[in-house]
Amino acid sequence: MQAPQAIPPTHGFWNLPIDAAAHGHALDAHLLLNLWIALALLALAHLILLLGVAIRKRTPRPYHQLFIEYLPLAALTLLFAFLALRAQQLWAAQRYTGADLSAMQVEVTGQQFVWYFRYPGPDAAFGRTSLSLVAPAEGNPLGIDPSDTHGRDDIVTSQLVLPANREVDLTLLAQDVIHGFAIPEMRIKQNAIPGQTTHIHFTPELPGDYAILCTQVCGMGHYRMLATLRILPPADFATWLHTHEAAKPEAQP
Amino acid sequence: MTPATNPGAPFMARLLRHEWVTAKFRGATHHRTIGFGYLAISLIAVIIGALLSLVMRTHLAWPTWLLPLHGPILPEEYLALVTMHGTLMLFFVLTVAPQSGFGNLILPAQLGTRHMAFPRLNALGLYLTALALLTLLAAFFVPGGAPIGGWTAYPPLSSTPLAGPGQGTGMDLWLGSIALFAIATTLNAINTLTTITNLRCEGLTWERLPLTVWGWFTAALLSILAFSVLLAAILLLFCDRHLHSGFFLPAQDLVSGVLLQHRGDGSPLLWLHLFWFFGHPEVYIAILPGMGLTSMVIANFSRRRVFAYRLMIATTLLIGFLGILVWGHHMFVAGLNPFAGTAFSISTIAIAIPASAKVFSWLATTWGSRPRLTTPMLFALGFVSLFITGGLTGPILAQPILDEYLHNTFFVVAHFHLIMAMAGVFGLFCATYYWAPLLFHRTLSEPLGKLHFWTTLLGAYSTFLPMHFAGLAAQPRHYSQLTGIAGPSANLLQSTLPLQRHITVSAIFLVCAQLPFFWNFLLTLRRPANHPSDANPWHATTMEWEPNALHPHPNDQQSIVYRGPSHYNDSGEEFLPQWSAVNTFNTEAE
Repeated sequence: MQAPQAIPPTHGFWNLPIDAAAHGHALDAHLLLNLWIALALLALAHLILLLGVAIRKRTPRPYHQLFIEYLPLAALTLLFAFLALRAQQLWAAQRYTGADLSAMQVEVTGQQFVWYFRYPGPDAAFGRTSLSLVAPAEGNPLGIDPSDTHGRDDIVTSQLVLPANREVDLTLLAQDVIHGFAIPEMRIKQNAIPGQTTHIHFTPELPGDYAILCTQVCGMGHYRMLATLRILPPADFATWLHTHEAAKPEAQP
Repeated sequence: MTPATNPGAPFMARLLRHEWVTAKFRGATHHRTIGFGYLAISLIAVIIGALLSLVMRTHLAWPTWLLPLHGPILPEEYLALVTMHGTLMLFFVLTVAPQSGFGNLILPAQLGTRHMAFPRLNALGLYLTALALLTLLAAFFVPGGAPIGGWTAYPPLSSTPLAGPGQGTGMDLWLGSIALFAIATTLNAINTLTTITNLRCEGLTWERLPLTVWGWFTAALLSILAFSVLLAAILLLFCDRHLHSGFFLPAQDLVSGVLLQHRGDGSPLLWLHLFWFFGHPEVYIAILPGMGLTSMVIANFSRRRVFAYRLMIATTLLIGFLGILVWGHHMFVAGLNPFAGTAFSISTIAIAIPASAKVFSWLATTWGSRPRLTTPMLFALGFVSLFITGGLTGPILAQPILDEYLHNTFFVVAHFHLIMAMAGVFGLFCATYYWAPLLFHRTLSEPLGKLHFWTTLLGAYSTFLPMHFAGLAAQPRHYSQLTGIAGPSANLLQSTLPLQRHITVSAIFLVCAQLPFFWNFLLTLRRPANHPSDANPWHATTMEWEPNALHPHPNDQQSIVYRGPSHYNDSGEEFLPQWSAVNTFNTEAE
């Protein structure tokens, strides 16, 4: 496996990390548009405030409520409506439909204070799990039921390895408390909730190593609930997957 | 009433009405005594809350720093500091001081009356709030320490002692404290609403109410809705903790290797809904009185009517109304149906419209008025500046797709500290400097006040503007350390360290900038009281500045209001107060 290229943590005036996911470009463009608009409005409002105070000649009310209140309000309403609409398009594109049926399936489980990643193995199906079977010391941190044949070939890792340019459908679970699953460079964030299954899907583009953070305070070790996302070129990923599948001899029929 | 006149009343009721008892309690139930009591609670809370934040900030920037008499800050201690800082500031400073403190001190006088509607209920509210503060602070001294889940106390982290230190007795004390606080705030809100509805003096129609009264009125309406829901949620969480119910918990939950079983199959999301149904109105409860005061103070020192006065009343109510429809914007990535994200995004962005209308009114009232830049006016203008700066990031965070990136980063911390904490505190300072002649019978020193203003403004911006950039770099909140971490996260977290150090130094500067205020306060109290001819030093027009507004009505003649607030002539040199029967401008009374 090749060493990941050195990526500067952030760049540009607004200090954003690089975006390495397919939907990140449009998201970033919209975010930057919003930030520049906010900065411009901030400067304009403060200019009016300071000028209004600095004018040394007292003017009796020369203005009409329509021009000073309702017209600017109408303009701002249009501006915010436009931003909301554009944001809505991006949100709908990402969230209103689930992942493509051909998307790669990975299950993510949060527990204080680690992330586990489970791949379904050659049978393309996850084995049944039960909280009563969870035994990290015995190599079964997710409580995979040994009586379920689907579970025998499941691969559990502490690093999320994904191929570039293939959509991935993450199933988010939490065993104990709410955790926040976030990958800044992939521009995704979604809470993992005990007793509930949530999904998030995205397409990584740029190979490299990226930070996975917990973004919902989950206890004393919250700050170290970190993991690594490794995006590999598709051929390297296939090698990685086969190596891990081969290490599970009991999965062979 | 003597006990003899009502022999049928229960013994306790007769005892409470006995003359000796009523004389003893008259002082304690006076609205000014209660108002000062609330301010004292806030002062204690703000000093402790600020010191906690400095410890937190110093540890974050210099993780090896040893707190004198304590040693290193452990991760759970850092989270306890975060939780207690937020709880103290949100509840005991930003809710108590503007609404209960200044509300009690000034509201009756602004209404031309001399008391609140329910004096004993009022006193009970104060005692419960004091008890709530003591209960909260006690959490520091129990085994395990204070809770670590943040002021939002999401279950299951908050529902079992297994989830971490501080989640046992500390969490129970936190819940008890907030339950008491919710009851006290509801009592105060009922009192405020009844006083405004029933005790306005003759001639004080709804349209003639100063915008401060509209701020208190709307905040009180929100308090009743929000705090009753919070109280219910806290009781349910208490049941989940101690009675094995499962309102907020799934049937099975594995915490620290222990499998917890609950009756029923609940969801932590229910707590998020209930908490934020309270939590979002709560931030408007904190800021609406400040918005009203800013309007009135800017009008007074600009010597003009508030621009678009009726629209300002409407926007106050509209902000309050929309405030109860937006709680879901705290939950865009919490696991809701994505359609809910769209709906809450629209209602949230809608708030930008009445909020912008308020900014336009402030700008238009000030524009070309050649205002007197006194300390209260500077703090009101500072409020406007911080409201704009903090407010402009609101619509950004209201877009779910952008919140997906920014949620729980320092960008959010910057947003709410500017618009709620800093603007709220500027509103409180504006109130203190403006009403000092009524509160302490003395005007605070202007040179010291201006020094206080400029250093505080500089400190506030220097602390909270850079936080946006830490957030845009994806730096998450609630991380107790940014160094000593392996893997690609190390780069990301460490890249913000220089920024975080700057923020910490600025925060220390911001706290030190409050020393001129306390010095000013002590100096002023040593000076003789204002001469009675200087009882209205700002030439203000609202009823609290009426001569005798602090004393019983002379000859039992009630106050009469003749017009709306803020009447000045075109040059701004003459003014017509609300209580003046003579209309020297020959304008139509409004």
